Amino acid sequence: MKFLPLVWAGLKRKKLRTALTFLSIFVAFMLFAFLGAIKEALSGGVSMAGLDRLIVRHKVSLIQTLPESYKARIQTIPGVAAVCHQTWFGGIYQDPKNFFPNMPVEPELFLAMFPEFVVSDAEQQAWRSTRTGAIVGRVTADRFKWKIGDRIPLQSPIWGQPAGQAQWEFEIVGIYDGVKKGTDTSQFFFRYDYFEEARRQDKGQIGWCTVRIANPDQAAEIAAKIDAEFANSPYETKTEPEGAFAQGFAQQVGDIGAIVMAVVGAVFFTILLVAGNTMAQSVRERSGELGVLKAMGFPNGLVLVLVLLESCAIAMLGGFAGLGSAWLIIASGNPVPGLLPVFYLPVGSLVAGVLLAVALGIVAGVLPAWQAMRLNISEALRRVG
Amino acid sequence: MNPSPHTLVHIHNVSKTFRRGSEEIHVLSGLELVVEDAEFLALMGPSGSGKSTLLNLIGGLDRPSAGTVQIGDDRVDQLSDRQLAAWRARHIGFVFQFYNLLPSLTAERNVELPLLLTGLNKAGRRQHVQAALDAVGLSNRSKHYPRTLSGGEQQRVGIARAIVTDPTVLLCDEPTGDLDRKAGDEILALLQTLNQEHGKTIVMVTHDPHASARASRTVYLDKGQLTDKPAE
Repeated sequence: MKFLPLVWAGLKRKKLRTALTFLSIFVAFMLFAFLGAIKEALSGGVSMAGLDRLIVRHKVSLIQTLPESYKARIQTIPGVAAVCHQTWFGGIYQDPKNFFPNMPVEPELFLAMFPEFVVSDAEQQAWRSTRTGAIVGRVTADRFKWKIGDRIPLQSPIWGQPAGQAQWEFEIVGIYDGVKKGTDTSQFFFRYDYFEEARRQDKGQIGWCTVRIANPDQAAEIAAKIDAEFANSPYETKTEPEGAFAQGFAQQVGDIGAIVMAVVGAVFFTILLVAGNTMAQSVRERSGELGVLKAMGFPNGLVLVLVLLESCAIAMLGGFAGLGSAWLIIASGNPVPGLLPVFYLPVGSLVAGVLLAVALGIVAGVLPAWQAMRLNISEALRRVG
Repeated sequence: MNPSPHTLVHIHNVSKTFRRGSEEIHVLSGLELVVEDAEFLALMGPSGSGKSTLLNLIGGLDRPSAGTVQIGDDRVDQLSDRQLAAWRARHIGFVFQFYNLLPSLTAERNVELPLLLTGLNKAGRRQHVQAALDAVGLSNRSKHYPRTLSGGEQQRVGIARAIVTDPTVLLCDEPTGDLDRKAGDEILALLQTLNQEHGKTIVMVTHDPHASARASRTVYLDKGQLTDKPAE
């Protein structure tokens, strides 16, 4: 502790240079935090996926439909505990920019399959008793300021208008929350029976099935059995764990992890050079002062530690400020709720950022610190004259 | 001059050779020097005569190529780098020509620096700093940064920093070389006071006969050898 004023004095020596280095590190860590939040948003479904859930979809692609009768046939396969289905509705609320996922489901089976969606008993009851009822996630409800009882009109370019009506109309009967942070609460679910009755095309077709299996260790075996059940039929299936399905969905945008790593890697390499150069310059300019400290009796090891502490201090100040600012901004709200259903800074990214700041300080400072440690006192003092 | 029971610094048959490429430069050769306890010794000589090299050997900043350097009971030439650093912290106070204060620290923080290597707590360090600044007459300027002090005042801070740990020997490398006559005289008077009233042993390198007149003894260094008289 008693050496901290000395470390601080080193940082104060060239205020402008220290401020610019601080800003570079600050911006780099803000970017790191934002990319972490975006990565989590785009691949969040993977981490939130249930280990005991499989997705059964058409073998060709997700947009091909399956017969609704598959649900009953899947149910009979040994090891399958429950089945429910969903269908991509593609409903538009007022403007295509107001995107949010919306799907018809069978309420009881659906809620039993996805316990991560928290809906009160009263709301569940209301959903069961209201044919045009829908539940909506908190993010989307807040986004459009919807409340229970509101009637929501949707246009569906995929399914057209319902029989006898100009547009689909749903009544909000419940607003669900996520059981934990990261649960996608941007979706809108309505009743399949209403959808089935009102749609004018492809009746009896569904998008995909979600299957709960009794033993997650048998996932591969059961998936193979399901696909074998429908082999050589007009609707062959591809069954995969929910995590793999979500991963494939996210990777439609690209390999998010690789993109984030590439951007972060390039930024941090540049910042490493900036911080390393700052420290090297600082040590070169202060060789006389360091010589004086060593002449007074400061041992080589202590000089090394002082320079390293200085490097770590600027990296940590800039890094923590960048992470903190990003955290505040991210916590204040999702800037693009339609594009990113969940938007938060995961604790893992925050911890990685903190460790990265310390590592940056050490790596940027180690060479200048080594040079300071090896500094010849007589030569250093001669340079002052 | 042979060592006596009062001898503090004993340089015996010391040589120092530097290598520049394939060339060997003999700066000191077979040098003998004895400095008594509480003596104020002025070391004079032309530029390049090896004055600063000798000062560095006494201060443990460098090691001789041959010979022995004994300060008190310690054979300085035999200490490791780590031992030398600890020894310097305990026994040596340096005063430099260009003061060498840390510009981003106040006068009192500069003076406190050597005390950071001791086991003193904050209050103890503050007490020592205050005493050292009092001794050089600068207690009213303790919060000032070096850039706001005159050259003479900066050198006083440098002296306060050198004496704050009460070292065995004070080594001054041209302490008035960067000052005008008036400020230089004040610094020399201060060094004289430290020597005469506080019994501080001082070895001072200088070019200035006016400065050396303040010392209790003057020796001259020329071509790597010490004499009692300046070279013709």
